Amino acid sequence: MNANHAMIGAHTIGQRVLEGIEQVGSVSLFFMRVLRAVPGFWRKGHLLFEQMVAIGVESIPLVLVTSIFTGGVAAVQAAYQFQDYVPMRYLGSVIGKSVVIELGPVLTALVVAGRVGASIAAELGTMRVTEQIDALETIGISPIRFLAVPRLLAGMIMLPLITVFSDFLAIGGAYVVALLSLDVATNTFMEGLRLFFHLRDVFGGLVKSLFFGVVITMMGCYFGFNAEGGAEGVGRATTRAVVASCLLILILDYMLASLLFRVIFV
Amino acid sequence: MIVIEKLEKSFNGRPVLTGLDLTIKDGESLVVIGRSGCGKSVLLKHVIGLMRPDSGHVYINGDDLTAMGEKELNQLRTRFGMVFQGAALFDSLSVGENVALPLREHKDLSEDEIKARVREKLKLVELEGVEDARPSSLSGGMKKRVGLARAIAMDPEFVLYDEPTTGLDPIMADAINSLIRNLQQRLSITSVAVTHDMTSAYRIGDRIAMLHGGKIIYHGTPEQVRNCEDPVVCQFITGSASGPITQS
Ligand SMILES: Nc1ncnc2c1ncn2[C@@H]1O[C@H](COP(=O)(O)OP(=O)(O)OP(=O)(O)O)[C@@H](O)[C@H]1O
Ligand SMILES: [Mg+2]
Repeated sequence: MNANHAMIGAHTIGQRVLEGIEQVGSVSLFFMRVLRAVPGFWRKGHLLFEQMVAIGVESIPLVLVTSIFTGGVAAVQAAYQFQDYVPMRYLGSVIGKSVVIELGPVLTALVVAGRVGASIAAELGTMRVTEQIDALETIGISPIRFLAVPRLLAGMIMLPLITVFSDFLAIGGAYVVALLSLDVATNTFMEGLRLFFHLRDVFGGLVKSLFFGVVITMMGCYFGFNAEGGAEGVGRATTRAVVASCLLILILDYMLASLLFRVIFV
Repeated sequence: MIVIEKLEKSFNGRPVLTGLDLTIKDGESLVVIGRSGCGKSVLLKHVIGLMRPDSGHVYINGDDLTAMGEKELNQLRTRFGMVFQGAALFDSLSVGENVALPLREHKDLSEDEIKARVREKLKLVELEGVEDARPSSLSGGMKKRVGLARAIAMDPEFVLYDEPTTGLDPIMADAINSLIRNLQQRLSITSVAVTHDMTSAYRIGDRIAMLHGGKIIYHGTPEQVRNCEDPVVCQFITGSASGPITQS
């Protein structure tokens, strides 16, 4: 590789970094605009309800399957790692902790990001390229207030709720596997579950899921609102919304975990 | 009255409008003609504040629209109706709800009053009994007419039409033309239509203006346009492939 190539390479990387920073800036601005539109929202209850159904209720089947199997796998894997070193009465403790703190919130968020993030971006992106968002503005309705705010609020309400649901199912899945294929008695499992159980762990998990709800809906709205160029553009917006949500969920998970479990809860 | 002053707009460094001046008098029906891609839709979007100009001003009855905040703009827009090139109906709502949406947002009407208003507006565009249909189940011409009904739901002072007749069969196009003419005369609406359909332009315009190279290069009555000597206008209205437009 000669110097010229290196220059071009460096230039491209520099440009990418600048674009990335610009993107972060414009996402933040968008988020502020949505937040500012929240107070005037009280008249639009039915919109919120519709979105709560679309984001929460309709995600239930997917979350149900994911959670049960995740719980089951967690039990199998934990038992394998315990082998003869750790007594099986700690199985419930390990499952309980990991589900409530980490697996429930994060897996639910990732699954919902794929389903809901994509559908928000596709719907709003289609509305953008078919000028429906412009049409809303011409009849004097703020698209932010009418489209983005209900999705944001619904995400913030429903994500913690389905995370609770997912926590129960995952622990249930682990319990069934423990009982049927790992020879752990009901009493032993429940005992373990109770042993190190802290309500604040559940609370920490739900705080995380609330933020994930914000991330998923805002990424869907942002990329949908900014879609351009027909069907292809809508497809691109959808992919970007899902990729950005998943990345942000994982990054935010680390940051929130550090904050909650190393600063606030100690 | 709408006064457009020295409007300039470029996209990614490519100029589309380059100092456009235009005045639309109250109660008048103005048609802007121009080639596909010359910036007609962009011009309309500036008139209703969907796009912000790089420089220049748009005055609506003396108020500068380009200096307004979102709140003022939304207030002003209740006096406007816009019919989009692709109808832009909300496909998550039924036809009736599409027409009702501006009323629900801005007017304090009872459910019955809203229903009556919606029925009245749909009747004006010769669509009755389609309230419960989904926009996706309508033909292109029907969608255009629902778009029109939605645009006039609030009894606006100004209606902007983006290519009201493109993509319609000649008979439907004629029906839409007379509808636009009727609305303008009966409800004394100020209307601005952009189109490249000359039949439509002659039918609905009190005045026709030609947009070319980012400016209004000519305007006059349909009669004056028909007999116009300007070579650019001539080439456009006769639809000839060779002439000053295609040479530059
Ligand atoms: N949002 C936008 N971003 C970038 N370029 C744009 C945008 N909107 C319009 N343009 C460009 O501006 C020019 C004029 O577009 P416009 O849609 O106004 O054309 P038009 O005169 O309405 O054409 P048609 O008769 O085909 O509808 C086009 O070259 C288009 O590419
Ligand atoms: Mg156009």
